[in-house]
Amino acid sequence: MKKINLALIPAAVVFLAACSASPSGGGYDKMTADVVKSSFKAKGIATLDRLNQDEANRLCSAAEVAGKPLDEAATKAIEAASMKTVKWPTDGKYLGDWKAGEKVAQSGKGLSWSDKADRDNGGNCYNCHQITKEEISFGTIGPSLYNYGKLRGVTDPNSAAGMEIVKYTWGKMWNARATNACSLMPRFGHNDILDEGQIKDVMALLLDPASPVNK
Amino acid sequence: MKKAMALRQIFVAATLTAGVLGGAHAQDASADAIAKYREMLADGNPAELFEMKGEELWKQKRGPKKASLEQCDLGKGPGVIDGALLELPKYFADTGRIQDLETRLITCMETLQGFNGEELLNTSYGKDESKNMIALVTYIATASKGKRFNVSQAHEQERNMYEVGKRLFFMRSGPHDFSCATCHGQDGKRIRLQDLPNLTTNPGDGVGFAAWPAYRVSNGQLWTMQKRLNDCYRQQRFPEPKFGSDATLALSIYMGVNAKGAESAIPALKR
Repeated sequence: MKKINLALIPAAVVFLAACSASPSGGGYDKMTADVVKSSFKAKGIATLDRLNQDEANRLCSAAEVAGKPLDEAATKAIEAASMKTVKWPTDGKYLGDWKAGEKVAQSGKGLSWSDKADRDNGGNCYNCHQITKEEISFGTIGPSLYNYGKLRGVTDPNSAAGMEIVKYTWGKMWNARATNACSLMPRFGHNDILDEGQIKDVMALLLDPASPVNK
Repeated sequence: MKKAMALRQIFVAATLTAGVLGGAHAQDASADAIAKYREMLADGNPAELFEMKGEELWKQKRGPKKASLEQCDLGKGPGVIDGALLELPKYFADTGRIQDLETRLITCMETLQGFNGEELLNTSYGKDESKNMIALVTYIATASKGKRFNVSQAHEQERNMYEVGKRLFFMRSGPHDFSCATCHGQDGKRIRLQDLPNLTTNPGDGVGFAAWPAYRVSNGQLWTMQKRLNDCYRQQRFPEPKFGSDATLALSIYMGVNAKGAESAIPALKR
């Protein structure tokens, strides 16, 4: 840092000099962007474009750095924009096979640099959620989903009465930010982690009265 | 290593036994089994083999210059390994940059022994000269066992790197939108049965930053902090952080400063 004679320069310039000597939040953001740019290399299917944050990720990350919840206007904007991305089932059927859904929920495979590009991604569900009572190896980052449908009064997922919860759950899995702007949950449909059929199967695991989740 | 293998079998058996019991009781039983397993290994932690090899390598005349590393300055003066890990990463005036134990070691191997630093940086983890570096890191780190972390914020670059590290820690990106904070931003959470330290604060003695380097029972490898961060980013579905890159150093400073006062459990045992 060069020494500057403060008496000889206007106040505005002093202010700018002070900023560069001790960077403000914006200065650190720029430094961070430079570090990100120089620090990573593509490996396998994990290419460098994965470092480009979308607006929702950028805003949620910045709020966490600041240690403050995201402001209301940004929260609503993210939720509204995310809701628009939700693709509803093409054939109008929301539930698939809960047994296949259990397999998707168990698997943590897919999309890391050590995974292949083939469509064999898991949902990582048990990493963060309790789901069936039988599986005791479950994480706690997300809420328990045991008795998910039963607790919400879904006795027939095909009925008009059950439709609100069914659609809410579909939206949650397709793009969790549609209902919770800075959710920690991956956007399984929106980011093409799971396909429509897999999401239907996990839907059945949660909502089919025959699923062990609802026993 | 036979002992390690036998113990690993006990560990797996104990975990499986716990698995069929069901419910919270089984989780306690599983945690107990792991604690017991760690206790059994404490007398014969396989990391000791790495430590012994590292000590030999430290004193051995090697490289084009046929010199030992005994004059290597890890931040506390030439040849001082006692407590060196606890203050790293830090700013080094001679290189003009922030270095962690691994990148500083490369500087010493380059200047004292005449190795090609660039080649060392680009060696795959666990291959060739990297194997020796893992042993050296273990030896140096073990000299800090039971002492408390005190990573510096005295130099401007150290303070800048803390702020960069914090931003990287919360940076959500990739197909899963994961950041470090997704798993390590709250108290008392788990992935499956694995407890997750909250690294935005001091998570306590011997966990998080204060637990590495560590011997990993599940794959029989000794993992350094660089390797630990590399695998975190793999699981985050990010591209690969380059060995010794500024991102890895910034994150280490962030975690190290947050862990100020935490006691080093080095070399720890991990699942």
